[in-house]
Amino acid sequence: MVDATIPTRRAVLAAESSAWDRLKSNRHWLGYWFMLPALLILFLFLAYPLGLGIWLSFTDAKIGRAGEFIGLENYEWLQGDSIFWTSIFNTLLYTIVASFIKFGAGLYLALLLNQHLPFKALIRSAILIPFIVPTVLSAIAFWWIYDTQFSIISWSLKKLGLIAINIDFLGDPNNARASTIFANIWRGVPFVAITLLAGLQTVSPSLYEAATLDGATRWQMFRHITYPLLTPIIAVVMTFSVLFTFTDFQLIWAMTRGGPVNATHLMATLSYQRAIIAGQLGEGAAIATAMIPFLLTAIMISWFGLQRRKWQQGENND
Amino acid sequence: MTNFTRRTVLQGGTAFAAASALTGPALLEWAKAWAQAAPWKPEKGAKINLMRWRRFVEAEDAAFVKMVNAFKQATGVDVVVTNESFEDIQPKASVVANTGQGLDMVWGLYSLPHLFPAKCMDLTDVANYLGKKYGGWTQSAELYGKSGNKWIGIPVATTGGLINYRIAAMEKAGFKEFPKDTAGFLELTKALKKNNTPAGFALGHASGDANTWLHWALWAHGGNLVDKNDKVVINSPETVKALEFVKALYDNFIPGTASWNDASNNKAFLAGELYLTLNGISIYVAAQKEAKAIAEDMNHAYMPVGPIGRPTELHLAFPILTFNFTKAPQACKALTAFMLEADNFNPWVSAAQGYLSHFLLAYDNNPVWTADSKRTVYRDVAKRTLTPAGLGSLGEKAAAAIADFIVVDMFANYATGREDAKGAIAVAERQTRRIYR
Repeated sequence: MVDATIPTRRAVLAAESSAWDRLKSNRHWLGYWFMLPALLILFLFLAYPLGLGIWLSFTDAKIGRAGEFIGLENYEWLQGDSIFWTSIFNTLLYTIVASFIKFGAGLYLALLLNQHLPFKALIRSAILIPFIVPTVLSAIAFWWIYDTQFSIISWSLKKLGLIAINIDFLGDPNNARASTIFANIWRGVPFVAITLLAGLQTVSPSLYEAATLDGATRWQMFRHITYPLLTPIIAVVMTFSVLFTFTDFQLIWAMTRGGPVNATHLMATLSYQRAIIAGQLGEGAAIATAMIPFLLTAIMISWFGLQRRKWQQGENND
Repeated sequence: MTNFTRRTVLQGGTAFAAASALTGPALLEWAKAWAQAAPWKPEKGAKINLMRWRRFVEAEDAAFVKMVNAFKQATGVDVVVTNESFEDIQPKASVVANTGQGLDMVWGLYSLPHLFPAKCMDLTDVANYLGKKYGGWTQSAELYGKSGNKWIGIPVATTGGLINYRIAAMEKAGFKEFPKDTAGFLELTKALKKNNTPAGFALGHASGDANTWLHWALWAHGGNLVDKNDKVVINSPETVKALEFVKALYDNFIPGTASWNDASNNKAFLAGELYLTLNGISIYVAAQKEAKAIAEDMNHAYMPVGPIGRPTELHLAFPILTFNFTKAPQACKALTAFMLEADNFNPWVSAAQGYLSHFLLAYDNNPVWTADSKRTVYRDVAKRTLTPAGLGSLGEKAAAAIADFIVVDMFANYATGREDAKGAIAVAERQTRRIYR
């Protein structure tokens, strides 16, 4: 009797402790343990705020006061809000136009800088300046450049006798859109240019030598060597560029605050105005949440693009 | 408005005479005597965390710090002052109100105490003490300070937004004095444009200037966002009249006002490109330093009165509140009263050079208003101001409506021709309904 019970109890104890012990020492689990800190950080600083933001968009929360669940009310209201739709239009216009030009100008600059130039290192670092200057500072500089009364551009053109009255850069809706987009391009081109330049330098010179021997023209070399080998970098750089442009806030806020008559309000600035300045946290969160589908689409395009070997290694290489 | 007797006038006057002598040790002596006699005895080891808006006039801040230091020395209370920009005051105060920690007092703007009246300490005894001693409060002070019968905030001061104009340009346009009604005002604006000495008022997202003058324009024509029961009434023939009036003005403004922020008109006026605008006294103060010729040629005037027949100005009030969860209620009350005592308040307002105006009627006698006649109109702003709520109740909803630029955007939409009157009003109506639901 006695002999029979003791081993079973022991076995139970052993089984209980070993489950935990096994978890601690099991090699398959070990990997998860090492990932835990990263997972916690991701959850605490990314997933939780994102989830909270989405949750807030379903409530009528105000600053300093928790809200109640109101379902889709915020979204239904936004659906009929002309300012919200203007902000979506502005954001898309801003992102698409700026990204295209940034890509074109960036690629052009990268190709130029890839040539052998005197003072190459110096020029390459100088190119980065717009990217390095704090955004708010460059925004304020542009705000002066675009000032209705004191614009340096208007002043110069006036002195040259080309115009009679000052250009209304930020007071006219279309001028204001163009002006803010230009400022964004000015700021964003260096990032594209330098990253593409890094990509260009990984292209092996022997490919160009072979092409030269085959009698390829400069255009053919670009089209069939440079461009295909650059595509993965382009995909990454343009994803980032689109994301940065889509979520831009500082430039607009410092220059126009979304004016004139909301013509330059982006989703990010409108969300801030409604949520923080006017205190309607729920509605502001709904505007911010409405940005997510657009951002996901942009990420998906480049993600699936990156998966395709065609994109990675050029055509005819499946 | 409270009666203005000879006694209160004398009180204000003599108090000022005494105050001008108080510096350094004298100020401390007086502060100590005051602390002995004051009805509020600060708790032992009390500490006050106070947040205030970041100053615009340096001398004002210096005077404020001097006053706080005198209070600290006289009472032994530790006061920690933090400064925040206009835009950050409201969100931060709201979070403190909600979490119940971090600050004891906030000196904020507009209707701040009304955003969380349940979290504000009852300051009725302080208001009564000050009102009795200094000639009573203006009507606007009661609107800003009281919730029901209780004072939940003490309106310390207000900063006026009034007409700034160039004298010679106005005279050349055929006006001997600044027009007192909106019709004359429109005539003047047209004439100024013709003479190439244009007027300009912000129609961009300028939280101070644009809100101030466009609410004035709306109210001057009898339009209102909401009625006294907070029912949305913006869709009215009066609003249409106001829209047309502003459009007529806008067509005669200097180009670019749709993009203006709060600083734009200051820059243009000081550069001699703008001849008529709405602003605080800051342009004049800056001109006296940097552009003497402009300072000599400029003057200020009340906002003209519209068809409704009475002043409809909106000025920025600065109320101070104490949270009811403070551990040092007596110390906070003492500090509030201390700030507004003549010996403190008069030199402080003098240092602000007209940037701060009073809500206590006896302070009309502060020589800052008469030493330079160009400052005088700013003396009366507290007597002429309405609140951002217009006819409606002052609180969270009114604060949200003004922060979301509903009125500003409505006028800008129509004036710039982006929407017709019906469309501009419809957008504003829909937004207001949402906020006042």
